[in-house]
Amino acid sequence: MTISVPPAQLYDCRDAFVGTLEALAQTNNDIIAVCNDSVGSSKLGGFRDRWPDRLVNVGIAEQNMVGVGAGLANGGKIPFVCAASCFLTGRALEQIKADVAYTNTNVKLCGISSGMAYGELGPTHHSIEDFAWIRALPNVPVIAPADRAETIAAVKWSAQYEGPVFLRLSRVGVPDLLSEGHVFELGKANMLRDGTDLTIVANGVLTHRAMAAAQVLAERGISARVLNMATVRPIDRDAVLAAANETGAILTCEEHTVYGGLGSAVAEVVVETRPVPMKLLGVPGIFAPTGSANFLLDEFGMSPEGIAGSAAELMKKKA
Amino acid sequence: MTPSELRVIANHIRRRDLQAVFEAGAGHIGGEMSVTDILTALYFRVLNIDPAHPDAPDRDRLVLSKGHTACALYVTLAEKGFIPKDEISTFLKPHSRLNGHPNRTKVPGVEANTGPLGHGLPIGVGMAMAAKLDKADWRTFVVTGDGEMQEGSNWEAIMAAAQFNLDNLTLIIDHNRLQQGARLADTNDVAPFAPKLEAFGWAVEEIDGHDMAAISAVLDRGAITPGKPKCIVAHTFKGKGISFMTDDVAWHHKVPSADQYKQAMRELEEAL
Repeated sequence: MTISVPPAQLYDCRDAFVGTLEALAQTNNDIIAVCNDSVGSSKLGGFRDRWPDRLVNVGIAEQNMVGVGAGLANGGKIPFVCAASCFLTGRALEQIKADVAYTNTNVKLCGISSGMAYGELGPTHHSIEDFAWIRALPNVPVIAPADRAETIAAVKWSAQYEGPVFLRLSRVGVPDLLSEGHVFELGKANMLRDGTDLTIVANGVLTHRAMAAAQVLAERGISARVLNMATVRPIDRDAVLAAANETGAILTCEEHTVYGGLGSAVAEVVVETRPVPMKLLGVPGIFAPTGSANFLLDEFGMSPEGIAGSAAELMKKKA
Repeated sequence: MTPSELRVIANHIRRRDLQAVFEAGAGHIGGEMSVTDILTALYFRVLNIDPAHPDAPDRDRLVLSKGHTACALYVTLAEKGFIPKDEISTFLKPHSRLNGHPNRTKVPGVEANTGPLGHGLPIGVGMAMAAKLDKADWRTFVVTGDGEMQEGSNWEAIMAAAQFNLDNLTLIIDHNRLQQGARLADTNDVAPFAPKLEAFGWAVEEIDGHDMAAISAVLDRGAITPGKPKCIVAHTFKGKGISFMTDDVAWHHKVPSADQYKQAMRELEEAL
């Protein structure tokens, strides 16, 4: 284990998610939680106890779950449709495309335990394609918060935003990174650390690893900027362009396949605006072997040392 | 509106639909002819809707899950006043908002962007739940094809509707016994529907889906079964009203020749 944060200071962002959802539901009767028998894994037990009528558990039926969400939205409700991200986005992708994205319904898709959070349960339960699938659809902002403060802010933002949203949430413990009371802005990256030699772009459970990598690099005399890019669609073009212009190299890190995710979204901006050397870290186009999420992230070169090593290699390609 | 008045409107919708499909050179005329009487009864007798306020919160909802018969829906919406009647001539033309499947974001009166089959009923379940949560009395109707009932998502929704006692939800199955390439019986014979839906906890009624009096009666608010969602198995004919199309699987999305068009139009006019 290469993460230096003590386990006691790592937080499961699902708690921030449901805490915020319950606080919003307290004052807005239109907020409904919809789930697929995932009351426990989505941590919706408290919501159910407080508002049993507003917790719609459709059973193990994800296609119906998303359709029901679209229908509730048509009827004026604000449904937060919660399920393990692998089943929400994989099983119900056509419902997400037609009923949510194309119909442009006010459905909040909440992919719980995304990425490789289910670690040892294997690739059937990994959700490392969801950035690619959902960001290919018009109308749906794709958001992966990095910590408690950003999760709270993103859930609040989603509730007041009129339209579909995909919130990609994790259960893997992360430290606090953003300040309490953080305000989420769609499509705006947060520069968590400035630097001049290269930029590391990350989100979700990778952001704190990127910060740790920047520290490793600093000790080696390399100045790395770190961008927390919670919004994968619409991507923050200005922040990417500034990173290319001002640091000349970009390394992306994501708990997702390198095909079509955060790295691809950043690269799409880079190639069209200011081509600079890039390296995309993520799951390298394979079904992951057995292991916990943190083990697999290390395995795929995304320990702080791994990220720092890739950054140093990338530096050599700078003109 | 009386059944005989509804029959006149349905005949007009059939003729306008036939003309639109003939002029566009594409469409799903067989299934449009089978569902026209159902749509006519819904829009001109059953649904509490106002074309001037297509987003009124307390309107009744109709989801045409068999979205490939969009042309029949467009003509019906035009007759009802949701869109201009002369806009039907743009059906399938470049940039027309009337494409091959309905789009809620562009066409007033459309409730969901259907097309992929098996989507309408889950959406209808969510709509009916929203009304229940608000203790509102607006109703939700979903029209599916019969071949479409082969989609597993429909059965997920059927279970949920019964579990949540959605007696404000009505599913109408346009049971014309033909799917795109063959008869249901020769493909995946999901019929008979009534015993299956009853086993899943629904109230079921079977009607002649071209009998306006029967359709009107069974969709009346008074016909609601408290605590149970309602399924109407509407026995229909693909290509209804046009002799050479009727009950012929070839007319799923075939386009009539000029001679066939004239004959079809003549038959519909003579039926008035």
